Amino acid sequence: MYWRKIKDKIAAKSMLIAVAFANSIVFLIALGLFIKSWPILTKKSIFHLLLSSSWHPMKGEFGFYPFIIGTLEVTAIAMILAVPVCLLSAIYLSEYAHSRFRDLTHLVIDIMAAIPSVIYGLWGVIVLVPFVRALGQAIDIQTTGYSLRTGGIILAIMVTPIIISVSMEVLRTVPIEARETALALGTTKWEAIKHVVLRSALHGIFSAIVLGFARAFGETIAVLMIVGNVPKVPTSIFDPAYPLPALLANNYGEMMSIPLYNSALLLSALILLLVVSAFNITAHFTLMRIEKR
Amino acid sequence: MKSRKIEEFVFKVLMIASVTLVLCILAGILIVIVMRGASSLNLAMLIRTPEGGYYLGKGGGIANAIVGSLCLAFGASMLSFLFGLPIAFGLQKEYLGRRLARMTRLSLDILWGIPSIVYGAFGFIIMVYLGLRASLLGGIITLALLMLPIMIRSIEEVIRMTPSELKEISYALGATRIETTFTVVLRQALPGMVTGVLLAFGRGIGDAASILFTAGYTDYLPRSLFEPVASLPLAIFFQVSTPIPEVQQRAYASALILLMIVVLISFVSRLLSRRCSRHIVR
Repeated sequence: MYWRKIKDKIAAKSMLIAVAFANSIVFLIALGLFIKSWPILTKKSIFHLLLSSSWHPMKGEFGFYPFIIGTLEVTAIAMILAVPVCLLSAIYLSEYAHSRFRDLTHLVIDIMAAIPSVIYGLWGVIVLVPFVRALGQAIDIQTTGYSLRTGGIILAIMVTPIIISVSMEVLRTVPIEARETALALGTTKWEAIKHVVLRSALHGIFSAIVLGFARAFGETIAVLMIVGNVPKVPTSIFDPAYPLPALLANNYGEMMSIPLYNSALLLSALILLLVVSAFNITAHFTLMRIEKR
Repeated sequence: MKSRKIEEFVFKVLMIASVTLVLCILAGILIVIVMRGASSLNLAMLIRTPEGGYYLGKGGGIANAIVGSLCLAFGASMLSFLFGLPIAFGLQKEYLGRRLARMTRLSLDILWGIPSIVYGAFGFIIMVYLGLRASLLGGIITLALLMLPIMIRSIEEVIRMTPSELKEISYALGATRIETTFTVVLRQALPGMVTGVLLAFGRGIGDAASILFTAGYTDYLPRSLFEPVASLPLAIFFQVSTPIPEVQQRAYASALILLMIVVLISFVSRLLSRRCSRHIVR
């Protein structure tokens, strides 16, 4: 009898330790990256690092500006392309579509989410790069096809499953009665969606977009393969760019002999971590509020 | 009156166009990868390791990458399952205060969103700290960290669905918390565990950024935990960036293999979770 109680206590304590471990991972990652990037933060001011556009590790100049701009622009293009399509699809699937068709698209979205990013990258190399090159030629712009626009399109495709599935879940939390009330007042189905469903699901849809943004911001391999990787501030969307994750993936692990280089690269990982986590925390709290309703 | 109908019609057309676009893109991806891959896939690719001059277009296959990827993903899923299960159990309200549970969910959501390249960089820091070099073990640890939130979330979602009456019956019979967890909740959570492991496996096998620094690459089959190991995503990545067409062809074939593994896992997890949930009380 006594033994059972002791066993229970031990199990409960070890689960508590496991949970504490889960909580500490985030802090450990942030701390580890921070300690490693500390040397460069003491040498240079953070504003100089973020706003200077000269990237010459050999000379000890580490300006992250082109990389940050590259990341932001490629993500922005992706969101502009993805958001309208995803939201319209999500509304159609949750409000209009037959349930059998909805199940089919669930399967499609699951597969899209499961496809590894390196395969998206490969597809980008095979299909999108020649496509964008042809597009550039058609409007008289010299481009290799490895450009911001190509990266934006591939990211748009990659964030589609997450935006659609989160939005559909949010739309499902709007009670049927709300729709029926609007319909009973003589609105068309679309008006009921526009004025009632979308209005009450607005926060949730916002967080779906935020989650998509965070995913696109940190995506590495697919973008690395097709965005061109030239460390300059891009002037048009047909120019190549060099997003932060690509910088990290291409250079980390080599050339450790150059002073501060390692530290600078880990600073870029820290920036990625902080930005993405900020977005995810926002989305988390918004979705929590909706779940409670 | 008329304009309202027209607005509805216009939006409906737009919506159907969007859904069609999404479906077409997926179909396009699958068709291109399958067509390109199938034309260069052969048995030698599957069962042979790279031979001399492989990266210049000579003979050999990518068995090293296939076996390596399977080892990495299998090891990492086991490791993260080992850590994930007690965490998912611990999130039940018998064990944890509400505030701590809420905080843990937040941490897990943050972990879920962290880009895999950041996991890779962190894994590398840990390995340097421990004095490990790029190896199977390093890759497994990093991938396990990446999988942990996925694993916990899918197990915990099912645990939360367990009817509280079921647990209360067990408590009323005098069972302790841990006995209830292992006899009642564990059985209820079985489908969640299966899907969790498979989802994590699928995510892990396709992830390239996190194992780029931590697992390394080699032309040989994995022999020990402390040696570098090849992996499919990196094989694709390296082969497609060479200028030689024969090698690029092999990248397409490798992509097809990876795609088949991932899609197969996704189907199996659907099938198994349906089969396992037959005996679940709702």
